[in-house]
Amino acid sequence: MPRDLQQFLREEVKSTPFCPGCGHGILLGLILRSIEGLGLDMKDMLFVSGIGCAAWIPSPHYRADTLHTLHGRAVAFATGAKLVNPNLKVMVISGDGDLSSIGGNHLIHAARRGIDLTVICANNMIYGMTGGQAASTTPAGSRSSTTPEGNPYPPFDLCKLVKAAGAAYAARGTVTRPYELMAYISKALETAAFSFVEVMSPCPTQYGKWNELDTPASCFDELSRVCRSRTEIDPEVPLPENVVILGEFDDQ
Amino acid sequence: MPRHTITLSLPSGPRYLSGNEAAAEGALAAGCRFYAGYPITPSSEIMESMARTLPSMGGAFIQMEDEIGSISAVVGASWAGAKAMTATSGPGLSLMQECLGYAAFTETPLVLIDVQRAGPCTGQATKVGGGDIMAAKWGSHGDYQVVAFSPWSVKEMFSLTVEAFNWSERLRVPAFLLAEEVTGHLRERMDVPTRLEIHDREYEPGAPPFGTEEEDGVPSMPRFGVGENLLVTGSTHDARGFRKVEDPVVHERLVNRLNRKVLARAEEICRYEAYFLEDARLVVVAYGFTARAALRAVNLARAKERKVGMLRLITLWPFQEKPFKELAHKGASFLVPEMNLGQVAGLVHAAASGREVHSLPQVNGSAIAPARILAAIEEVI
Repeated sequence: MPRDLQQFLREEVKSTPFCPGCGHGILLGLILRSIEGLGLDMKDMLFVSGIGCAAWIPSPHYRADTLHTLHGRAVAFATGAKLVNPNLKVMVISGDGDLSSIGGNHLIHAARRGIDLTVICANNMIYGMTGGQAASTTPAGSRSSTTPEGNPYPPFDLCKLVKAAGAAYAARGTVTRPYELMAYISKALETAAFSFVEVMSPCPTQYGKWNELDTPASCFDELSRVCRSRTEIDPEVPLPENVVILGEFDDQ
Repeated sequence: MPRHTITLSLPSGPRYLSGNEAAAEGALAAGCRFYAGYPITPSSEIMESMARTLPSMGGAFIQMEDEIGSISAVVGASWAGAKAMTATSGPGLSLMQECLGYAAFTETPLVLIDVQRAGPCTGQATKVGGGDIMAAKWGSHGDYQVVAFSPWSVKEMFSLTVEAFNWSERLRVPAFLLAEEVTGHLRERMDVPTRLEIHDREYEPGAPPFGTEEEDGVPSMPRFGVGENLLVTGSTHDARGFRKVEDPVVHERLVNRLNRKVLARAEEICRYEAYFLEDARLVVVAYGFTARAALRAVNLARAKERKVGMLRLITLWPFQEKPFKELAHKGASFLVPEMNLGQVAGLVHAAASGREVHSLPQVNGSAIAPARILAAIEEVI
């Protein structure tokens, strides 16, 4: 199956830099499959990323124009490129810390303006590249190298945040449910305004290490355990602590 | 066509413009078609002029959420193919520094107009200052070069903005107009030229966008959307853009080339105006608005038969030591009036081969008066 994605990948790149069990490699493929499914031409696409593990999903793997920018600023760089050449199909792919913490201001303002960007936020709930520090998306109580006793603060709900700011489309999926996620990415790409997909992606190396989930399998199991589709919620059954609600957020 | 002459759409002849308006006109004449900015005194009139004019010229204007977003959008726009700029003042410049380094390292042409006010910090937001000279060159981390011009008139707010664009596009380097509040808000007669020489970035399809054979070369500059599969990154990269974050040879070669491509052309970039240097025992070194007062003071001193001359620096970065060494060799000493605590005086001191360099700093939020410079001339000559 990987062979049929070869046309979307730079031939110079033979492997990914992602750790064993990282969800970003799955996401790397699912974005390309969504693009293939829609019949989009990579020549018309620009992929913009910030700094962090997820910023390496498009750069250097994707065989297209890629702009690997500064920490937090991907959406602002993308805004400039899109305004100059509206024919570019511009996708921002970056991490939770990059897009929602250091880059949070650019994110909400791009959503407010309704500029036609598709933003994919790979959320591993931690700063992976720098060694496992707490992020604005780390669940309350979770441990990290900067919250060894447990995170005292609640995380952002990024889909609600961008919807409140004006995003035309927002959805949350997980790499553990690939077909559902591809449907969200495709719908975001088809939205001719600001669209946002938050993708839950496990990080055994950092998040797992600090939270007794230090094998890829245990990370995937835990993500599957806490995720609930909006349509699947049974009012009779109590939700798990730190539940992650999946689905499309079409309401404000 | 990398180098060509254009006929201006502006009616040629005399006009009364403010310095900030003239800078915006200069940018448009140079071919600027993208502006992103954030309001800040005393530069905002540049943004307002661009907001009025750019859309009707087929360009794009956006007011961003902050200065970091502004310069980031400018870099994205430049790679999408537009000549692009922003304008700000001290606090905004501080916020833009990281991305300025990104532009230098990724060889992204852009123009940044800094209309300087009295710093540091918020300082005196509506008052004049000139304390950003070093920040423009050294504000971002690591070793890199910029080009910077210092206008002394409304006319130069126009012409040096054009020049900043030309050098930025030729060298793929961030270029500054280091203006001052008093010049930005000055309103005086400016003769609009009929024709202008314009430089555009060079593009050779398929050529490596981040490397040259020469140690001081400027690579081809492609743009997004033409099938080049560009890899633009602020990490250390090879000639094709692939990250090489552990290769000492690639890193050293890249950093050296980015510096050499500017320094090797310093003689052509650096422009001066000389006044009465033939017999000058004391040379007043002045730039920007201060040079107006300095020239007045020098004329008054010459009327009293003082052997004083003036060197007006039109280019501040790169800074060339050669003219100072030559003057020092002829026995001249130097007086440097400036609206900071001696930022250029220090550079002159380093170049003056041991000759005396008198710093005349003023940081009280007002321009230096000719009388003060004249008094200093009388004191040190």
